[in-house]
Formats: sequence, C-alpha cells, structure tokens
Amino acid sequence: MAKGIWVFAEQRDGKIKKVTYELLSAGRGLADNLGEELCAVLFGKDVAGAAAALGEYGADKVFVADNEKLAEYTNDAYVNTLFDLAKANEPNAILFGYTASGRDLGASIAQRLETGMFSDCVSVKVDGGQLVFDRPLYAGKAFVSASCPEARPVVAAMRPNVLAINEPQAGKQAEVVNVEVSGDIRQVIKEVAMAISSRPELTEASIIVSAGRGVKAPENMKLIEEFADSIGAAVGCSRAVVDAGWYPQAQQVGQTGKTVAANLYIACGISGAIQHLAGMSSSKCIVAINKDPEANIFKVADYGIVGDLFEVVPILKEELKKLLA
Amino acid sequence: MKILVLLKQVFDTEAVIKIADGKISGDGITQIINPYDEFAVEEALKIAEATKGEVTIVSVGADVEQTVRQALAMGATNGYVVEDAAMTDVDEYSIATILSKAIGAMQYDLILAGWRAIDDGSAQVASRVAQALNIPLVNLAIKLDVADGKATAVTEIDGGTATIEVPLPAVVTCQKGLNEPRYPSMKGIMQAKKKKIEKVGLGALGLDASAVAAKAKTLNIYLPQTRAAGKVITDEPAVAAKEVAKLLREEAKVI
Repeated sequence: MAKGIWVFAEQRDGKIKKVTYELLSAGRGLADNLGEELCAVLFGKDVAGAAAALGEYGADKVFVADNEKLAEYTNDAYVNTLFDLAKANEPNAILFGYTASGRDLGASIAQRLETGMFSDCVSVKVDGGQLVFDRPLYAGKAFVSASCPEARPVVAAMRPNVLAINEPQAGKQAEVVNVEVSGDIRQVIKEVAMAISSRPELTEASIIVSAGRGVKAPENMKLIEEFADSIGAAVGCSRAVVDAGWYPQAQQVGQTGKTVAANLYIACGISGAIQHLAGMSSSKCIVAINKDPEANIFKVADYGIVGDLFEVVPILKEELKKLLA
Repeated sequence: MKILVLLKQVFDTEAVIKIADGKISGDGITQIINPYDEFAVEEALKIAEATKGEVTIVSVGADVEQTVRQALAMGATNGYVVEDAAMTDVDEYSIATILSKAIGAMQYDLILAGWRAIDDGSAQVASRVAQALNIPLVNLAIKLDVADGKATAVTEIDGGTATIEVPLPAVVTCQKGLNEPRYPSMKGIMQAKKKKIEKVGLGALGLDASAVAAKAKTLNIYLPQTRAAGKVITDEPAVAAKEVAKLLREEAKVI
C-alpha cells in the first residue's frame, strides 16, 4: 500500500529553495494527520550537506542522490532517478514547488507513474483520508478543489509563498538514504546564465513593486527598481509595460505572465486590467498608486493612493525605508 | 521537416468567469487559441518555411474547429482533432494519453506547444506527451534553433536561463518572448477554408472512455471571495504616502 508524503527538495548550488521548507512544513501536518512518514528527496551534486536542514524542517527521512549527472537539472536524469525511487518505495504523494523545474519534473513523473497531478495549488488538506488540493483556474478568476482518489502517488506542485514555514527544530535528524542515478540523459546543458540581480525572484518575493503604463517611459523603471531595492522587493510589471518594450517579459505579472502571491503588492501606475488582477489578487495586501480615481486597481486594493506615482513613490519609499530600518 | 503543434482552445482572457450547475459556464464566451500555443504555431511556421516542411495542428475536444482553422489561416498545413462524445471525464493524464496515441501513428520531427494553457494553468500536457512518447522534453523556450537533427533552445529557468540541446524528435514548449505571432492574411483565411481537418474518435485510436478516464477528480468549483475595496486616500502625496506606510505597519502588519 502506498505510504509516505514526499517532498521534492529543490536546490541551486546546494542552497535549498524556500519553497522546499514551505512544502516540508505543510507535508509534516499531512503526514502526521495520515500517520505516515515525511520524506524529502534531494537531488544534485555536492548536496548531501543540505540533508541536515531538511531534517530540522520536519523530514523523517531524506533520499539523497548526490551525483555529477544531477549537477544541473535535466528532465531525463531527474525523472529516471525519481521514477525508480518512487517505484521501489510507493509513496502516497509527491509534492513539488510550482517552479520551472518542479512543473517539468512533476508532470513527467505523473505521466510515467500513470497518475494525476495538480498544478499551482494554493492549499492542501486531508479530507476523508484523501489529500484535497485547491488551485486556481483562469489565473484565479475561479478555483477548484480536487483529489486523486485511486491512482498513487498523487502528484502536486504547490505555489511558492502561500504555505507557512514552521520553525526548524535544531538538531532534529533525518535518516539519510543514498540513491543511485539511473538512465540516459538526452538533454545536453550548453550554458546556464543566472540573472545578476540581488532582487528576490518574482514568484518567491514577499514584497513586489510593480509598474504599469503610468511609468510612461523605460528610463522611469529605474525609479521603480530603486523603490524595490530599498525595501528588498522584487520588480514586476503589467503587460502594457512588456508590450511597450520597457521591461523584460520574465517580470510580467498576470494571466499571460506570472501569477504571484506576495505579502505586499505595490501597484504603481497600473490601471488594473482583468488579466493583471487575476495574476496578483491572491496577494495578502495590495497598495495601488494611480492618478485616475476610477481605475479598476482600486477595486482590489487594500490601500489606494490617488496621485501621481512620480510624486508618491519617492515619499513612500522613504517612509517604508524608515519602518524597515 | 514535419512539425506538430499541440493546440488548446481557451476562453478569451477578457472573459468573466461564471459558474452554472457546478461547472464553469461557457455561455457567451469568445474562444481563442491559447496565447502560448500561438507562439508554438508561429515558431512551427518559421521552421517549416526555412525547411520546406509542414505543420499539423493537433487538438482535442468538441467545437475546436474554429480555432484550429485560425491556425491554418496563419499558415499551418492541416489539422487533426480528436473528438468523442465519450470524453466527459478527462484530466491532463487523459488528454496526454489521447494525444500521444494519436501522435504515435504520425510522422514528425518536432512537437511544439505552449508551456501552459491560460485556463487551467496546469502546464502538464506537453510534458506528459513527451514522457508517453519517450522523446526528450525541453520546457519554456524563449529562443529555438533547429538544425542537424537537433533542437537547441534557450529556456527560462527560475532566476535565469539555460541553453539546452536535444536530439530530434523532441517536445519543446514555448514561452512568451520566443516570437511575435503573425496575423492571418486575407489570402490565408481563404486558403484555410479549403484545408483539411481530420476528425477522429477514440475508437479510431484504439482507445475507449475507460482507457482515458481521469485520475484527478473535481470536487468543487467556486469563485474566489471578491476583495473588498479598501481605503482610498486622496490627500496630497506626502500625507497619503505617510498614512499608507503607517497603515501597512500598524493595520496590515506587512512591513
């Protein structure tokens, strides 16, 4: 019988991603509720040292594949290795972060195991012995609750930033199980170029400063960037800004961009098209700055400032800096 | 080069979602090609033009002919649609199983698709198809070169990019930034009317409803709680900014 809640521990350069701790914290509650083990699955090169932290965040057991072949993420190496591991151990569930590699690996392993998967989930609970996931449709214009009653393991990719992280228990140790790498790798990684930015990633950021058409010109994005940097925020933008060529597409928030769930989303000069609202409405607190008092953005904002962003942003920046100092 | 494009028909992004009888209502909604799939169609056309190849649009579902024909009007060669009244209970597993069965009988060098659909946002089907066909997968291409039996893609990864090379045939999913999809020309629209869209049922693929029954089951569909409009401050900028900063600390407790 399938048993065990597994969390895929995503890392880069041996540093565990925050979403992994979110998954372990949620996974601990699910495992306790079902009377099952919580296991972390850690793949990479020179990553074995990171296993200790996974134990402190709740894992009972950590499956570690520490191998040159796993240095960079490739679909083949990761799917093959995880498939063999899952076949041998029959977990009840495998949880991923809804990240570039979490999605890629999750969907592939789900098909290989002939099972169901839920993407971009914003919550998970146990109901009637089943894991029940809630996830958005149409980028948050509607939601669905769903379960996978029969096929195992159930696979899910949870949206980063929505699950709370438990306090780690210093010194709590997990059993470490070493895993072999299996299969051929057809993806050849030619180059990896990480953006040189000290800013947090958009989908993981707790604060986002986002710009719309109201910034008027590409050079004014600097004002938004300086605001973001002064409060440790990520920079987002609306589709209008991307279409005008003022800012990279990777930073677009909305139905054809990234869906975000920040603690604080500051919308500067964004009118609030339905597609943009869909991508950011699950943020905890929304601040809107817009000259037009009739702008749609004010319908979803917790705090709205009717005014020119070029006047408001510099003052708000100084005020927030003071509070964070 | 023979290129297949996996195409999904979705609600227009302007659509306001309503629920009727526990399901999302499609009444009065304009249907469009999934915007990410448009990038796949455009990229396929560019590669086909360069290699004197052909592009087949592959889709699943009822009443999708209109959007498939739109892709044909952009310049795709022909269409292939799996449609069957027995497909009532489907999920990503079902669709991928159907698509891979259909594609398994076709000739192809490359399969392109949008990286996700803007309706369910699940980003699974193309990855699942690669797995079911046992061909290599590359997700989130923002640049793609196809030559000498290989595809080389610059892909979006979290926090940067990765350049990945795979042997063909392969599945590559397309991200915004890859290209600018063309509009159908009048000539294209006229020609599309004569192009062939082959329609098949599950039986023709050797499948039945039970073989493609969903693994994932929907329990409830609901609308999100509407956010109540909050405090709007119309004071002059300095006063308003100070007030909001104070509220963020003391009331919202997010700073």
